[in-house]
Amino acid sequence: MKLATTAKRAARRFASSLPALFGVLIFTFLLMRVLPGDPAVFFASGPNAGKEEIETIRKQMGLDKPVPQQLALYLYDVGRGNLGRSLMTGQNVTKDLKERLPASLELTFSALLIALVLALPLGILAALRPGSLIDHGVRLFCALGVCIPTFVSGLLLIYVFYYLLGVAPDPTGRVDIFISQPPSRTGFLLIDFLLAGDLDGWWAAFKQLILPACTMALFVIAPLARITRASMLASLGSDFVRTARSVGLSWWRIVVTYALRNAILPVITIAGIVFSTMLGANVLVEKVFSWPGVASYALDALLSSDYAPVQGFVLLMAFVFVIVNLVVDVLYGIADPRISIG
Amino acid sequence: MTKPLLQIDNLHVTFSTRRGPVEAVRGVSLSLAPGETLGIVGESGSGKSVTGFAVTRLLDPAGKISAGRILFRDREITKMSNASLREMHGSAMAMIFQNPRGALNPIRAIGAQIADAILAHRKISAEAARGEALDLLRAVQIRDPEKRMSAYPHELSGGMCQRVMIAMAISSNPSLLIADEPTTGLDVTTQKVVMDLLANIAAERGMATILITHDLGLAARYCRRVVVMEQGKLVEQAEALTLFRAPNHPYTKRLVAASPTATSRVEDLVTGEENLLAAVPAAPLPTPVHGTPPLLDVKNLVKRFDDGTVALKSFSMVMAAGESVGLVGESGSGKSTTSRMICRLLDQSEGTINFNGESIGHLPARDFHRAPQRRDIQIVFQDPNESLNPRFTAFDCIAHPLMRLAGMRNGDALRQRVRECASRVGLPSDLLERFPHQLSGGQKARIGIARAIACRPRLLVLDEPTAALDVSVQAVVLQLLDRLRREDGLAFLFVSHDLNVVRMMCQRTIVLRNGAIVEEGESHALFDNPQTAYTRELVEAVPNIELTPVAAAG
Repeated sequence: MKLATTAKRAARRFASSLPALFGVLIFTFLLMRVLPGDPAVFFASGPNAGKEEIETIRKQMGLDKPVPQQLALYLYDVGRGNLGRSLMTGQNVTKDLKERLPASLELTFSALLIALVLALPLGILAALRPGSLIDHGVRLFCALGVCIPTFVSGLLLIYVFYYLLGVAPDPTGRVDIFISQPPSRTGFLLIDFLLAGDLDGWWAAFKQLILPACTMALFVIAPLARITRASMLASLGSDFVRTARSVGLSWWRIVVTYALRNAILPVITIAGIVFSTMLGANVLVEKVFSWPGVASYALDALLSSDYAPVQGFVLLMAFVFVIVNLVVDVLYGIADPRISIG
Repeated sequence: MTKPLLQIDNLHVTFSTRRGPVEAVRGVSLSLAPGETLGIVGESGSGKSVTGFAVTRLLDPAGKISAGRILFRDREITKMSNASLREMHGSAMAMIFQNPRGALNPIRAIGAQIADAILAHRKISAEAARGEALDLLRAVQIRDPEKRMSAYPHELSGGMCQRVMIAMAISSNPSLLIADEPTTGLDVTTQKVVMDLLANIAAERGMATILITHDLGLAARYCRRVVVMEQGKLVEQAEALTLFRAPNHPYTKRLVAASPTATSRVEDLVTGEENLLAAVPAAPLPTPVHGTPPLLDVKNLVKRFDDGTVALKSFSMVMAAGESVGLVGESGSGKSTTSRMICRLLDQSEGTINFNGESIGHLPARDFHRAPQRRDIQIVFQDPNESLNPRFTAFDCIAHPLMRLAGMRNGDALRQRVRECASRVGLPSDLLERFPHQLSGGQKARIGIARAIACRPRLLVLDEPTAALDVSVQAVVLQLLDRLRREDGLAFLFVSHDLNVVRMMCQRTIVLRNGAIVEEGESHALFDNPQTAYTRELVEAVPNIELTPVAAAG
């Protein structure tokens, strides 16, 4: 029964986010048309291409048609699952994104995992001893994490672990070019290597992943640790924790079962937001580590006025955002019995 | 005499606050024999709850026991290690708290929470603990205990949650149970059920009980011995009946006088010079001039909410100018809904409301602030803290309705009028520049009243105006209200759950239950001789000082 209501609520939430997705679609389309830069000029053979040549390209691309018509055509294509063709790579945008999304997702997931594994204990420790040395240490660590831009911390990590210590592989891409790729099943290299039983490959991919993932994790530990601390403090000071103490529950039980489980709810929300933000905003990390992800793909496309990939990327991000919110919603429903159908 | 179970010697508790240390408990000494029931009464800030929390060592981190000894079974509690404290909590002493719903873990099934409490002290299987939890739910008389085992606190009523709390507290058979305002916020009938249950359980198991409460009647009914605290000090202790019949200390005298009972009159609530009513003649009952319409004529009022729940099934009443009518009932009876519709803060689903012969029921609540009758119908809200704008000074609060409704401009006339209102409610004019957070609860209540009478209304709707106040403050505020009514010929619609207050303040009373009128009539007749079983149940549930206490094992 519980499962059914959760599923029902998730479905309703999804349906209600469809108009927003549609809005995003139209908005990005119009935005791209407003931005300066003419793709036809860009993709003409060279800087000295004649006016006629540019006109021909424009006609080929359909850019000579009025904007509403372009929009209608675009919507029709998207409706059929066709996001258009990238002029940069010459491939279908859907195909490009499909190739690159797992790389970004794998990086983001790993970063989130690392961030959570560090932020939760740090936040809890800080909350258990507010005003103590640990609390201040955590605060300092978080402040540093936020203050240092990801490209700086990324470069620092490369400098230390690759250049000075030499323990990390060179920061180029997801896996060493000399290692044979595993058969792609999920697109996540770590999982694919495991499925193929190739532990050496897994280790190589892991080593490639760990530095960029840490770079991104450093950046998001702060919000996660701070919210954990704040909501832990609130829940440790709550009446029901006092009740738990008054009947003599063990320290562990009080902290974990009573305080933490209640405190985790806002952390889930923040984790969802952090995840979506990271996925789109990790472009700097992807650039620093030559990571073949969607964000750097979209940035390249944007710089070369390549409409289709940018529009596809924004749509994808919006979609991911919706999905993440759904997941958060479902997790919330599982974690908190008070949330009923609504 | 048997050896005391609990012995407190010269206890001092200090809280460190931003403005330096504050001593909340200043030298309290008392003792408790095994199985005895002791009441600690006092008003807010008296240190009664802090004493309870000091005994169980559950004080806020900011609070420290700065001096004194607490001996429990000859063990010094103040110097106990955390491990032995944990061992003692639940198995030797347990606590029941105010706000039972907040005291339970909101995301854990109540059965699991009780089982947690059992497993904290005994090494038995989870299965056996669940079985015992079920037995405990039966012991605290929860219906359908098997089903309730997997319920969450938000699915239960406040009274149910308090029973669950009791089940948790007694799960390891402690010899001392401290109940801190266990029934504050519960309906009077629920309060009776919960307190009777608590008294029975304590008697059956031979548990000593400390009942911490602001309600003298409650302490009188359920405790053998009562101590009175004021500002961190113990001012008097005696047998309950002696204490309340013949109080010795001036503070106790004031407290007993201020507590409304079935026979008290509003004139007697405040002793000595502060009495506001001494010089004011009793209100002459207005003789309606023939042919004038009644002040308020409500017919067949119905309120349905969008989700289909019916808050009010049918409500009709007529009220003459200058009359005071009480509206009583338990939570969910629809009394607040009714009062909000009459003062046009809420739209009714059906029915008519005529004020002074003119229909106001057809005016939507949203636009009523523009209606001329807005000046004539004013409201005093329940919570004096929440109902004042924190960014308005006292002056602004009172001036606001004068500017909005009476069209007065900023100037001498306005200032004059605000001062006049303030002095009528007994608010010193030097407090007018202060913000709500710089004022006491009683002072804020006065501002709320001054604001309501500023435009000289004809009908004042009072929604539990003193529910959040201490009894001594309540006494003064009630006298103030009664004087205003006598002087101005104001009509009162007095919404309250406190039957003793309504009996004093209102000439007529209407009893509501589940959105329908159960009984109505002249107040004294209605309460002295209730015609319906429900009203009788309500009246009997009110703990009065005069009643003999329920026999508890002593």
